[in-house]
Amino acid sequence: MNKKLLSAPFLFWSALFIIIPLCMVFYYGFTDKDGAFTLSNIMAIATPEHSKAFFEAVKLSLLSTVICFFLAYPLAMILANLKGKRSSLIALIFILPMWMNFLLRTLAWQTLLEKTGVINSILGFLGLPALNIINTPGAIVLGMVYNFLPFMVLPIYNVLCKIDVNVLNAARDLGANEAQAFLKVTLPLSVPGIISGITMVFVPALTTFVISTILGGSKILLIGNVIEQEFTQTGNWHLGSGLSIVLMMFIIFNMVISAITDKEGDTNAL
Amino acid sequence: MIRNITRKIYICLIFIFLYAPIVTLMVLSFNASKTRSKWGGFTLKWYKSLFENEAIIQALINTLAIAFLSALIATVIGTIACISMQSMKKRNRTILMGVVNIPMLNAEIVTGISLMLLFISLGIKFGFLTVLLAHITFNIPYVILSVMPRMKQLNPSTYEAALDLGASHLKAFFKVVFPDIFPGILSGFVMAFTMSLDDFIITHFTKGPGIHTLSTKIYTEVKKGIKPEMYALSTIIFVSVLALLILVNYTPKKKEK
Repeated sequence: MNKKLLSAPFLFWSALFIIIPLCMVFYYGFTDKDGAFTLSNIMAIATPEHSKAFFEAVKLSLLSTVICFFLAYPLAMILANLKGKRSSLIALIFILPMWMNFLLRTLAWQTLLEKTGVINSILGFLGLPALNIINTPGAIVLGMVYNFLPFMVLPIYNVLCKIDVNVLNAARDLGANEAQAFLKVTLPLSVPGIISGITMVFVPALTTFVISTILGGSKILLIGNVIEQEFTQTGNWHLGSGLSIVLMMFIIFNMVISAITDKEGDTNAL
Repeated sequence: MIRNITRKIYICLIFIFLYAPIVTLMVLSFNASKTRSKWGGFTLKWYKSLFENEAIIQALINTLAIAFLSALIATVIGTIACISMQSMKKRNRTILMGVVNIPMLNAEIVTGISLMLLFISLGIKFGFLTVLLAHITFNIPYVILSVMPRMKQLNPSTYEAALDLGASHLKAFFKVVFPDIFPGILSGFVMAFTMSLDDFIITHFTKGPGIHTLSTKIYTEVKKGIKPEMYALSTIIFVSVLALLILVNYTPKKKEK
């Protein structure tokens, strides 16, 4: 049996649905309406409204990535140190919310944060001042952290589980205290998981338009919102493609870094 | 001692952070008053109107059909791809795995618009078919990534031994290789199914005006305003996921013992 023939369906599929569509984004991004070559769609990122949306997205997604990291690392350590019967149950509890529909999870925060929402009702009942966080960048960051936190926890948890306890014991035998053992052994060994977690949080956060629509009202435009509008409302595919190419540059940069640090490809979270 | 307490407090805080929104939705789904700040008494009317809402039921049927079909087709294509990659040169295999990784690492919005541009230029009518094709595309990598490790663990000699003993290629595959990689295929299918269920962004760009999946339906409803039916829907989804996960996590363990 010819094994080369077996690869045909996948080769055909990936050429038609992965490679060609990506080429089309580049084609549209580098041409104008008449099909002539232009860089104006790429340079459009520099116009005030687009660069504002772009830097806002970079700012908010970096902030949520950092918050996710600091929330996730201790959690992953605690989960990785769990032993016995309950460990799988507790891990399950932390994965469970991730299986809820992404939009419903975001809707939940809208319900909690709104001016007449649940949190403000509780605060009002306690006689405390109301929290006006909905439709602000803070609400968007909160939504990003909530939605993407598991993407940070899982890869870090996976690498931490693989660390040999004997290595840590050796460090302690050689006189390291807890902090030193952590900084010199655990942390460096978990770098691949951290990088993979950062990629998995940063990329969806940078490109989201759903969280900013639901939690930011229509006041805050992120680069994802701009691209989405170009495709579904304005219909300027050339401009939308050009902006997407700029976004992809960021993602490729991220991919290169994670490819360098994660050669074995074993820190994939799922 | 103090360390143990801080750990427990930390776990509790994260637990509250993760579950408070979900519990809120569940409580509100039974709230008779439409305003969220007041408790107007217990009611099941939102559940009733949810099940009477034909558009939502149709969206649910679409979602399940697309998830099942796309997972099935992706599993077949992905598994065949894994088998063929085994006999490839290392360089070709690396290139192909790079292609596999593109939809996983690329931003979903870019995958979505790239497929949208493709379907427009091919002149395919936007609807069930385009969503299905898009979902198969992003599901294949998940299948390959879960079948591939199993494939690498295989001992190629067993397959050759089966051939030496007179089995045809097909028979040798189904009797020797398939049982060994089956767990990988199954987990690939399940992962593809759930990815498809949860997807919004790619569906958003590849669906036509007439068709909705649950995710896109929720998005339009949320944009319109508060719908207590959505809270009822969340509760139902959460409870079914919980039941499913408990089932999956506790059945195989019994077999092992």
